[in-house]
Amino acid sequence: MQAKISIQNLNYTYEDGIEALRDISLEIPANEIFVLFGPARSGKSTLLRLLNRLSDLDEGTARQGTILFNGQDVFDRTVNVSVLRRRISMVFAVPTPLPGSIYDNLTYGLKMAGIRERSELDRRVEQSLKQSALWDEVKDRLGASAFALSGGQKQRLCIARSLALEPDVVVLDNPTSGLDPISTATVEESLFDLKERYTIIMVPHSVQQAARVADQAAFLLDGELVEVGEAGKMFVQPKDQRTEDYITGRFG
Amino acid sequence: MNRQQTNRFAVAVITSVAILVVVPIVLVILFVLYNGIGVINWEFISTAPRNGMREGGIWPALLGTIFLTFGTAIISFPLAIGAAIYLSEYAADNRMTRMVRLAIVNLAGIPSIVYGLFGLGAFVLFMQFGTSILAGSLTLGILTLPVVISTAEEAISSVPQQFRTVSLSLGATRWQTIRHQVLPHALPGILTGVILGLGRAAGETAPILFTVAAFYLPDLPQSIFDQTMALPYHLYVISTQVPGMPLDIQYGTALVLLLIVLSLTLVATFVRTSMRRRREW
Repeated sequence: MQAKISIQNLNYTYEDGIEALRDISLEIPANEIFVLFGPARSGKSTLLRLLNRLSDLDEGTARQGTILFNGQDVFDRTVNVSVLRRRISMVFAVPTPLPGSIYDNLTYGLKMAGIRERSELDRRVEQSLKQSALWDEVKDRLGASAFALSGGQKQRLCIARSLALEPDVVVLDNPTSGLDPISTATVEESLFDLKERYTIIMVPHSVQQAARVADQAAFLLDGELVEVGEAGKMFVQPKDQRTEDYITGRFG
Repeated sequence: MNRQQTNRFAVAVITSVAILVVVPIVLVILFVLYNGIGVINWEFISTAPRNGMREGGIWPALLGTIFLTFGTAIISFPLAIGAAIYLSEYAADNRMTRMVRLAIVNLAGIPSIVYGLFGLGAFVLFMQFGTSILAGSLTLGILTLPVVISTAEEAISSVPQQFRTVSLSLGATRWQTIRHQVLPHALPGILTGVILGLGRAAGETAPILFTVAAFYLPDLPQSIFDQTMALPYHLYVISTQVPGMPLDIQYGTALVLLLIVLSLTLVATFVRTSMRRRREW
């Protein structure tokens, strides 16, 4: 089966000369939870931002190699980045509601894509809130400000906001970083339901979280891919000594 | 002196210096108010000057200043918004951008009489608008650009970066992001800048001297190509060019001008604080 996303010999250097990624090659299969883990500054977030070309915002960077999404080069000139970002949708580490109501947040991306029909917007709002397990808590106050939600609710709102776009791939950069254990569990559970419909790529909060949610895992260290494979095997019996040292907590 | 005394002394000095700053403005207002309030009545506001301007009101000059202020707003608002958006959202940090910024800073330092001469050369003569409201508004518009652009740019850059990133990540284009995330939140700040700029423009004499202002014109202007009287110039005229001019009319005119400028500043402050209170982040 063709990989959903195929990263091929990717190198990425920032303006200050720091090599954030070195010769990364990865195949990310569809409908699984793919976890990218590693210590701080290992290149995880950089890689995530490249997937939907949010990296375009960074000036003075240099890239070699490429990323194929459904077989199509995302860096190709003909690619419409707006469409790409709706297909590969991103959730950030810090919950980032936009000013406005819960409903405004969920429909923002859709409206920008030109979807105006009220019935379609309503359908997407309800569907995405149910998928992110937030519907019961907010269904009676969709018009309320998104800033009035708790931290955990805000993050599930942001997940729902990505899902409302009905993307192909959902990218989550440490989505539970600021959340308490109960909110974290709620978010993790919703991920399991989501993988039936979406491909999920995630940077976890911890090795423990990686082990809990991952189907496939990749270990990054200093911009290099150390090991990639079935999560079930990697977290029990890593092939590389460095992976073992990291997951057993000897450094990081 | 021990530390406590030194501390008290320092606080006292700093407080009195701060109070000292307030004194001149209060004195000016009180002085003009005291001398001018006597002539202020409906007739003074609503009628034209009579008897070689030694009697009557200030209506043509007041209306002219209102027209000029509107004209200035119409010219400086779009220019400033465009420049500010360009500088804060699109411009790369390169020589060209630095040059534009340097130009704006220096524009603020140009004496207003030079603006007046420039307006005469560029708008009145070269573009053949004549001495007109149009030429005056254009001149005043350029005069206000530095303050309006820098406040607008500040307002735009104070919109949190994450709103832009999130908007783009949801598939919005760059312009959609500016239109729907940046501008709505920057608008109060931009408006504040425009109003502050207008406050400055309304009180300027030199830029309108050669471009629009009429010495005495009992008829109201009919189009933007007409000359008009304007309050600051009218005040200058009746204070220096008319022998035997009653003092109270001079102070009354000054008072009206002062009130216009002060109320514009107050409106700007009000807009800024009320919008800030509504902000959620």
